[in-house]
Amino acid sequence: MDSGLIQEVVSATLLAGTPLIIAALGLLMNERAGVLNLGAEGMMSLGAVYGFIAALSFSSPVLGLAAGLMAGALVAGGFALLTITLQANQVASGLALAIFGVGLAGFVGKPYESQSLKAVGEWSIPLLVDIPWLGPIFFQQQPMVYLSWVLFGAVWWFLYRSRSGLLLRAVGEDPAAAHAIGRSVVGVRYLAVIFGGALCGLGGACLSIFYAPMWVEGLIAGRGWIALALVVFATWRPFRVLLGAYLFGGVLIAQLFLQGSGVKISVPSQLLSSLPYLATIIVLVLISRDSRRIRQHSPASLGRAFRADE
Amino acid sequence: MSNKPSEYRLSTQGLTKHYPGTIACQDIDLTIQPGEIHALLGENGAGKSTLVKMIYGVTAPTRGQIFWEGRPVVLRSPAMARELGIGMVFQDFALFESLRVVENVALALPKREPHRVLAKRIQTVSERYGLPIDPEKPVGSLSVGERQRVEIVRSLLQTPRLLIMDEPTSVLAPQAVERLFETLRQIAAEGCSVLYISHKLHEIRALCDRATVLRQGRVTGTCTPADETAGNLARMMIGQALPVVNRPPSKVADVALAVNTPRISSGDEHEVGLEALSFSVSRGEILGIAGISGNGQGELLRLLSGERLAPSADAIRINGEPVGQYGVAKRRERGMAYIPEDRRGQATVADLPLTDNATLTAINTQPITQYGLMRHAAIQAFTQRCIEIYQVVCSGSQAPARSLSGGNLQKFVVGRELLQMPQLLVCAQPTWGVDVGAAAFIRQKLLDLRSEQTAIVVISEEIEELFEISDRIAVIADGRLSPIRSVADSSYEQVGLWMSGLWDSEGALNA
Repeated sequence: MDSGLIQEVVSATLLAGTPLIIAALGLLMNERAGVLNLGAEGMMSLGAVYGFIAALSFSSPVLGLAAGLMAGALVAGGFALLTITLQANQVASGLALAIFGVGLAGFVGKPYESQSLKAVGEWSIPLLVDIPWLGPIFFQQQPMVYLSWVLFGAVWWFLYRSRSGLLLRAVGEDPAAAHAIGRSVVGVRYLAVIFGGALCGLGGACLSIFYAPMWVEGLIAGRGWIALALVVFATWRPFRVLLGAYLFGGVLIAQLFLQGSGVKISVPSQLLSSLPYLATIIVLVLISRDSRRIRQHSPASLGRAFRADE
Repeated sequence: MSNKPSEYRLSTQGLTKHYPGTIACQDIDLTIQPGEIHALLGENGAGKSTLVKMIYGVTAPTRGQIFWEGRPVVLRSPAMARELGIGMVFQDFALFESLRVVENVALALPKREPHRVLAKRIQTVSERYGLPIDPEKPVGSLSVGERQRVEIVRSLLQTPRLLIMDEPTSVLAPQAVERLFETLRQIAAEGCSVLYISHKLHEIRALCDRATVLRQGRVTGTCTPADETAGNLARMMIGQALPVVNRPPSKVADVALAVNTPRISSGDEHEVGLEALSFSVSRGEILGIAGISGNGQGELLRLLSGERLAPSADAIRINGEPVGQYGVAKRRERGMAYIPEDRRGQATVADLPLTDNATLTAINTQPITQYGLMRHAAIQAFTQRCIEIYQVVCSGSQAPARSLSGGNLQKFVVGRELLQMPQLLVCAQPTWGVDVGAAAFIRQKLLDLRSEQTAIVVISEEIEELFEISDRIAVIADGRLSPIRSVADSSYEQVGLWMSGLWDSEGALNA
């Protein structure tokens, strides 16, 4: 394989993993606060369709991203109302949101299915792009890739360096104790869930505005579920989420290249298409077998409702 | 005596809390002066924790008024209570295990502070009050005693004017209790009031300036505990004199349980394993095993009961028969009975009626099945007998286990096991969280069983209880079992010392 092809594959890998990173970082935050939102697939779908419509209508990818983000945040707000204030079961509510979001997105997006957006060009980062071989891979990318790196840095810093991040982790570990020392569990959880929804919506919008760039029903294709799995198998740590997402992107691109290369292989294409999902899960399971590590980093109250008066 | 609220740091008037179907607190008047150590004395279920929850803003009162330094206040959340200067040290701790000590403290402080500065402050305060802690350690790696120090230091850093302590000594060795008392006296001398919650009479008489006694949600008296006899306090607390347990001399027969195991590592890294063990218990005697929780009791219980199999069959023998490789059911068939520590999760199934809960263990020993089918009349009779003999207060044999209060459920569990006339009884914390009357009843029943020539092992955190009923006593600390001594040759002080694992040095001194 020549070096140009490798550059191309790696570059495409970064691109393919990006929507997943954005969504998974959001989910990581809301799970760290102790809320399990299984509606990621629905929130990504809604973010993708509303982002696409806005980007098309206003001819502005930035407004498109904003619309996707808002859509995700809005439904997540509804989810928060149900599960945090009204104490509905988080798993059932999340599943409902997933189904509802995917369905609504298909319905809303029907008239827009045949239309396509102008692809957004790549941004070159001055100086860095001149690094031999690596420069063009990492620093001549679509803007969403840079956005995901900024988000990664921000989430990491917030979680491990800021006082609010400490509070977020504390609430996820033991909401009763956080309440007892006078902290607002409900407030923290609302913000975390809405942030998670916003990033899921943003991730979806990146998919329809930058990556595809178009809308068809089923565009998300299970990426919401993969993002949820990523967070768990990455044991709620941002850096592992990044690695897992790129692994997914890498296998996705590799099998596409393989299918497109004309090499004759006697494996059904459906099986090849499932490879990225399989590979991601298997690798993450293998690297996260240490039960002590998992316990140390996992939010102990995940999925459990919290009532103040008990 | 004037009752002007302004003289007090905190006072309550007619504070009442009703829950559906029960009255938790009724017309509570409580006054706490500045710099006073005030005891809140009462049995489990007397309303102590409800009262404290109202004062700390966790629960809203049904009616009544709280005054803080003379002003009427409405406390809607713990945050409001803390703002006023009320600090609380919880019995089961409000700490985050995965976070470091300094992070735990930072979360509770109103203002942001650089960690290095805060760590210094923690060090200063902890040294000043004789509560050594390392601010950089994760809380998950600390012992219970150390965690309590973290909680106290965390409260002190906010310079509280009222510190509430909920049953603080239940997790401490006697020496640590003495040190805690010194700290509390020092805090009080500096002007901070302390509200000290306990059901242990001797502690309250040693520490507290005044006491408010609760029974069934009402104040039954306010007194100066040092001036009262223990009997008077008990009468206020339980409405009668302290029941006395009658202990006849033991008649020891042949060995019923013999244990001889190598070192066993724990399956869970949060629990200590067990060092090599070798001891035996004879019929007609009670062996008491003391120790602070989390020192290997869980592993020892699982080993004795058969929840965890021993490495070899002859490591554990019941009446001479090797049973190390047998599970719980097979050991029960050989005359063992077992009362686990957790009566709600382990000893009973909360949603099942008492008849089914009785069947679960009696099925091994009682004639309640025939041809593999259940004989409902026999089950009913067995359950009824248990309810009557053990004075279980419940709505009948069909009452679900969860509807019973802790003390009554424990009486039921004890009755269920004892009625099967075991030859060997293994039991953990038989009176934990049970009121004084029921606890004395249960202890008496254990002694009665001993007179029936049963071998009994009791694992408990309450030294007083073990001294009351045991014939021989040992201590488990950090997974090691101390030498076993007869109770007549032991003292509280020595057992307390052993609870910190110090029997080797003592042995060396004697040698």
